Order: sequence, then C-alpha cells, then structure tokens
Amino acid sequence: MSMRTPLGKVRGLGSAKEGTEHFWRQRLTAVANIPLVIIGLWLVISLVGAPYSEVRATLASPLVAIFIALFSISVLYHMHLGMQVVIEDYVHGELRKVLLIMLNTFFVFFSGALVAFAVFKLAFGG
Amino acid sequence: MRQTQAKSSRPLSPHLEIYKPIPTMVASIMHRITGAALYFGMFLFSWWLFAAATDAAYFDWVNGLFGSLLGRVVLLGFTWALVHHMLGGVKHLVQDTGRAMEKHFTTKMARLHFAVSIVLTILIWIAAYAAR
Ligand code: HEM
Repeated sequence: MSMRTPLGKVRGLGSAKEGTEHFWRQRLTAVANIPLVIIGLWLVISLVGAPYSEVRATLASPLVAIFIALFSISVLYHMHLGMQVVIEDYVHGELRKVLLIMLNTFFVFFSGALVAFAVFKLAFGG
Repeated sequence: MRQTQAKSSRPLSPHLEIYKPIPTMVASIMHRITGAALYFGMFLFSWWLFAAATDAAYFDWVNGLFGSLLGRVVLLGFTWALVHHMLGGVKHLVQDTGRAMEKHFTTKMARLHFAVSIVLTILIWIAAYAAR
C-alpha cells in the first residue's frame, strides 16, 4: 500500500521536490557538450602558439564569440550539476555539505564571470 | 558492556577496496575523476580567455605559464581527461536507453575506452603541434 497522495504521485516530484530534473539536465548538457567540446578543441588547436593580435581577432569574431558563450553556459551548467552529485555522495556532515554546495555555485559563477567579461570585452571592446 | 560488544560484532558491509579492480569499475571511477579534473580545467580555459581580453603582456605571461613544461603536462592531462570523459559520457547516454549492458561486452568496451582515449589524445596533440 502506498502512503503517497494521488496528487503527489501525479506531480512525481519526490522528496527533493524536483523530480528527475537534475538527472535530465545533466543529460541535456552532456548531449550539448559533445559538439561544443569538439568545436572547442578545434578552436584551441587553431590558436595554440598564435600571436596575441591573431588570438584577439579570432575571439572577437561574432561566430566565435557566440560559440564561446554557448560552450561556457553548457559546460559550466554541466559541471555544476556534476560536482553537486559528487559532494552529496562523499560529504556526510550536513554543514560541510551545504557549505561545499554553496562553494560549488560560487566557483561556477566566478568562472562564468571571467568568461562573460572576456567575451563582452573582446566582442564589443574594439 | 554487553551492548558495546553486540555493536562491535555487527557485520560491516564490504569496502570497495576489497574488490579486485575490474575494467568496467575502473572506467566508471575514472569518469568521476575526469569530471572533477575538468571542473578545474574549465577554470584554466576561463583564465586564458580573461587573459586574452586583458592585454598583450598579461596574455603572453599566461601563455608562457601554459606553455612551460609543467603547463604542458597539465594541459596534456586535461586533454586526456576531456577525451576519456566525453567517451564515457557517450557510453552513459547509450546505456541510459538500456542498450550495451551485457557484461562481457561492457568489459571489452572499458578496455577499448582507455586505448581509444589515449590514441585520440595523442592525435589531438599532433594536430596542435602541426598547426604551428
Ligand atoms: C569540459 C567539459 C566537461 C566538464 C567540466 C564535465 C564535468 C562533469 C562532472 C564534474 C561530472 C560529475 C561526475 C560524476 O557524477 O561522477 C560529470 C558527469 C557527467 N558527464 Fe561531464 N563534463 C564535461 C563534458 C562532458 C561531455 C562532453 C559529456 C558527453 C558526452 C559528458 C557527460 C557526462 C555524463 C553523462 C555525466 C553523468 C555521470 C553519472 O551520472 O554518473 N560530460 N561531468
């Protein structure tokens, strides 16, 4: 006999109140990451050892700037989801766990801020 | 007194270390380790972009760090982690659909996974060196 209410069953959100959202977003970003990482590798290979002016010109071009934005959003989101699971699996003290989960978010946003600054400045800064 | 004894003689569930590592298990653990390594690797990428947006002197300094021997070793590890994690990720996505689960097949796939990740890493670095 189930103790769950019919409404709870229909919503299907479980005790964490988010259902399979975390799992799904990990998969969604994983799928997006495949082409993004391949293009990213190609971009980096083409810029290895290039002089500063050439790197700047390439990174400032519209398609490359848009690509870097998409790449970074998907990868940062994906790694945030992933690291949260790692923390939940291995850190058992409640306080430490919550603090590390916060730190995960701060770290991801800080990396994102570096990327955002760089993309905007390179693309619009002239 | 009696209570403590009863507690200490309770059976423990076996620890991971008692198992002999098998290929599928190692590949699974490596997916997590490479994921964690890439987490910090992405920061290197952000830093490099930030340097490119700053100025020539700072960019050249950061490039110099990345191009040093230690820098190259880290970037080589980063490349391998990325390739290994991406292949493992594709495997995850296929297995999410219930396919490719047979045990002899998964063992073969795990062995191949390591070999292919190393070969692809070498090819990527050859391409990078050839580009300049
Ligand atoms: C730079 C890019 C990437 C970063 C920083 C990254 C990071 C991570 C992290 C930290 C985890 C958590 C590890 C775990 O739960 O064991 C993870 C898991 C995962 N990654 Fe990535 N990843 C990247 C690229 C990719 C790519 C390209 C794929 C695509 C196929 C992928 C597929 C997955 C999957 C399916 C999981 C979930 C594994 C599980 O449920 O156990 N990742 N990733």
